[in-house]
Amino acid sequence: MPDYSWPDADHRTLIGKRISRVDAPVKVSGRAKYTYDYQGANTLFGKVLRSPYAKAKIVSIDTSAAEKMPGVKAVQIIQKPGSTVQWAGDEVAAVAAVDETLAEDAIRLIKVKYQPLAHMVSDAEPPAGAGESAGPMSEDDIDDAISNQMPDQQLIAYLQKNGVSFQVDEDYVNELKGEGVSDEAVEAIRKAKYHEVKGAGSHSAYQKAAEQSQGEPDRAFAEADVVSEGLYGAQVITHCCLESHGSTAEWPDKDHLFVHISTQNVSGIAAQMAEPLEIAAANIRIHQDHIGGGFGSKFAADRWDIAAARLSKKAGGRPVRMMLERDSELKVAGARPSAYARVKVAAKKDGTITGWQSQSWGTGGPGGGGMPPIPYIFRIPNQRKQHTAIRNNIGPARAWRAPGHPQAAVITMGALDDLAAKLNMDPLDLWLKNLDIAGPRKDTYREELGIAAGLMGWKDKWRPRRQNVSGNIARGLGLSIHTWGGRGHASDCDLTIHPDGSVDIKMGTQDIGTGTRTTIAIVAAETLGLPVEAINLYIGDTLYPPSGASGGSTTPGGVGSSTRRAAVDARDALFAKVAPALNVQADDLECVNGTVRVKSDSGQSLTWKQACSKLGAVPLTVRGKNPDNTKPPDLTNSGVGGVGMADVEVDLETGIVKVKKMVAVQDCGLIIDLKTAESSCYGALTMGISYALFEEKVMDQNTGRMLNPNMQFYRLAGLSDIPELVVHMMTGKGYDERGVIGLGEPPVISPGAAIANAVANAIGVRVPFLPITPDKVLAALGQQNPVSKAGA
Amino acid sequence: MQDDDLKKEQEESSGVSRRDFLKISAISAATVPVIGTRIVEAAGSPVRIYGPGKVPIELTVNGKKHSLELEPRVTLLDALRDHLDITGAKRVCDRAECGACTVLMDNKAVYACAILAIDAQGKSIATVESFMQGDKLHPIQQAFVDNDASQCGFCTPGFVVATKAFLEKYPNPTPEDIRRGLSGNICRCGTYHGIQRALAQMSQKGA
Repeated sequence: MPDYSWPDADHRTLIGKRISRVDAPVKVSGRAKYTYDYQGANTLFGKVLRSPYAKAKIVSIDTSAAEKMPGVKAVQIIQKPGSTVQWAGDEVAAVAAVDETLAEDAIRLIKVKYQPLAHMVSDAEPPAGAGESAGPMSEDDIDDAISNQMPDQQLIAYLQKNGVSFQVDEDYVNELKGEGVSDEAVEAIRKAKYHEVKGAGSHSAYQKAAEQSQGEPDRAFAEADVVSEGLYGAQVITHCCLESHGSTAEWPDKDHLFVHISTQNVSGIAAQMAEPLEIAAANIRIHQDHIGGGFGSKFAADRWDIAAARLSKKAGGRPVRMMLERDSELKVAGARPSAYARVKVAAKKDGTITGWQSQSWGTGGPGGGGMPPIPYIFRIPNQRKQHTAIRNNIGPARAWRAPGHPQAAVITMGALDDLAAKLNMDPLDLWLKNLDIAGPRKDTYREELGIAAGLMGWKDKWRPRRQNVSGNIARGLGLSIHTWGGRGHASDCDLTIHPDGSVDIKMGTQDIGTGTRTTIAIVAAETLGLPVEAINLYIGDTLYPPSGASGGSTTPGGVGSSTRRAAVDARDALFAKVAPALNVQADDLECVNGTVRVKSDSGQSLTWKQACSKLGAVPLTVRGKNPDNTKPPDLTNSGVGGVGMADVEVDLETGIVKVKKMVAVQDCGLIIDLKTAESSCYGALTMGISYALFEEKVMDQNTGRMLNPNMQFYRLAGLSDIPELVVHMMTGKGYDERGVIGLGEPPVISPGAAIANAVANAIGVRVPFLPITPDKVLAALGQQNPVSKAGA
Repeated sequence: MQDDDLKKEQEESSGVSRRDFLKISAISAATVPVIGTRIVEAAGSPVRIYGPGKVPIELTVNGKKHSLELEPRVTLLDALRDHLDITGAKRVCDRAECGACTVLMDNKAVYACAILAIDAQGKSIATVESFMQGDKLHPIQQAFVDNDASQCGFCTPGFVVATKAFLEKYPNPTPEDIRRGLSGNICRCGTYHGIQRALAQMSQKGA
């Protein structure tokens, strides 16, 4: 059995070094082609007509004027009359025209009559008693749930608990099946208990989940030396991918669809498009060279992508380009749910945390959403918690780097930071004191907290709250810790060694800016003893073997493992061909520095090219897979720990927060490319600054619309907001031998919480909710010391 | 141009009367042939009218002249991307907020989404595609590679172009100069740290 395990430190020439990303040259020179850049011959331009209402019934749609307009080649209704739109910007109809400007004109000619319905876009704290009287589902409720992609499990659980308010007949069941509702959900609807409802009963926008408790929370709070209470939370933000969502669809013939799409899921898109378009997935080709950001929002074929395919078919197969405009990108293409909580923490005088109680709420849009994983990291023995999900009309949520975790960190780390202040403890000491209940990564946290504190100069700089004020400027430190799973997704890799010595890798994966191409190239090059540039990569197409979606920090583990197995097998097959020429056994050979040589006699060698010529006329192709139990060991792992620290300055007169320095210390098992790994962390710290201080999807209750769907008022950090950033990756013994673990999620979790805590340390009072804008800082200061404000 | 000249031109112009013009606008832009500019009387003065249909537009991009027929409302960015297939400049905000579409116009960094193609005539436009010398990256591009100043890379061409214009103005920038001078470009992945280091590398070299 060949040894597939990662080479040890003494035998690594590339893995773990700082290597420039292999696609950097095409990116810096403008040669990298993104989906938005692709334009086939005779491309038509697609535009979507979107609902101006946050909730409304579509009464009628008249597309006749648009269809007659010269230059318009196809019109497609997306939601038929009778449907209910669920958010402002919801898709209603689409057109394809010869020019983008004409398509815009045509959209304006479509006449839609809406019957506006009451909407809600707030995610404010649910009123007392909200959600407790959830009733049976009406037909409209079920339609809403389905069109909002409420997860099956949630829908089924709700139906089992609350039943339905109408008689479910076979026609209705068949209609649901025709709409592609899963068998499990249809079955649950069929079996749901009928409850008569008087009047226009509908279930509440508030879904209160059952209370969860463990240990003896009442006793813990009764016996506590100190109880700290507070309000914490984080807002809804959007992904704001710089390359908006979208695709170009074309039909080379009536049975085959070719789609360029901006996606994190090249191998998974065809199956999603197959069903609505009634075409075999095998007849759909998906292609993407580069993607301009996804962050969790680009796993699916969206309604506008399906519309583009339909428009193209109607237009005789001509390519239809359908890229979202910036405002639509911010309104409809995904959001990170909000989460807020009233928290009580119980502790002993020495800082030992003994109890947690939380009432939390938040919204993920029409689907509601779940409770973030609170209390985060710390497994507090006595807990009571309850979460209310708010179903509203702000548009759907999507996965956003580390779903649920940044919010959980803001809530938990904020509550513990306030506890430390109440105990007159340095939070660093409180964290260290409680690491015994920090789960399996507690030793990692201990080591990382020590390193981070050193890099931050924590012990020298830290002062108790509001004890570091000079003039109007208050300075403070904050910290947070975080975890994530990882592991490696399923991945197939074809590696070919050609007789001329060239090496090709084909894989249906994607590089979402995280350095996936570089990871694959390094692993193959390391295994074959070649320079990174010697590996020709072909990714981003369904012509290549399937590889998983890039989500959940599973890509390096997946593609790294399949590439390693393919490269080891290819190398050994090459050795078998070369061994006779060198008069040795195949297992006496090794690949080093562009040669194939005899282990015991390194003078006896062939150049890589000479060795490959022994293949004869036929290239050697092998497939590597992940997972692959027949080819142990598991090359990947799960579970990482990290620390974030922030040093901020707050102007007490203006309320403006400036981040002065941030530190990230992170482990991710065996690092393939230290350079791109560090970049992931630098980027995550930067995103954390935007999350903590600037970003927010601002909704207007009167109109139900997003007020800032542009990049002027949806604020992201710019260069002038970036302080000194320090990143330290954990490597070496205890880390490397764990195998490869992804890094997309973990470092993005702590920065928001660390900054929020640093602000509290600086100004002496908690600003409850992100983003920490000047008005909130001043409001918190005013509440802390109303007299001085009034007297000012 | 003087009123007299305009009046003279009006007599010689394409012969589309004001009535025709209104009729054309009432139908739709799609049916309008390429008719060039016309001069009409407005508030007693002759005024030059473009469109609403396509008009001839000549652009000089990366040293090459291109003759196009575009509606006057087409931006320089869309002209480059959709009509010349020069796609290095990206369309992101489409309203002068993010810098992803930055190009050089007569050596000055501009947002191509905020300039009409028709107004870019007679100017020398340079996009990121013109920076490489043969197969060799421009030193700014090499510094971006060396310092991993791109992740998804969608903002990168805009940053590279903006950096070139910035360094011409500030050959030896301080960190504060860099923070201010490049704050007109936005990156979502968070590559600013790499960009700062790339700039530091460039200024050390005295580029």
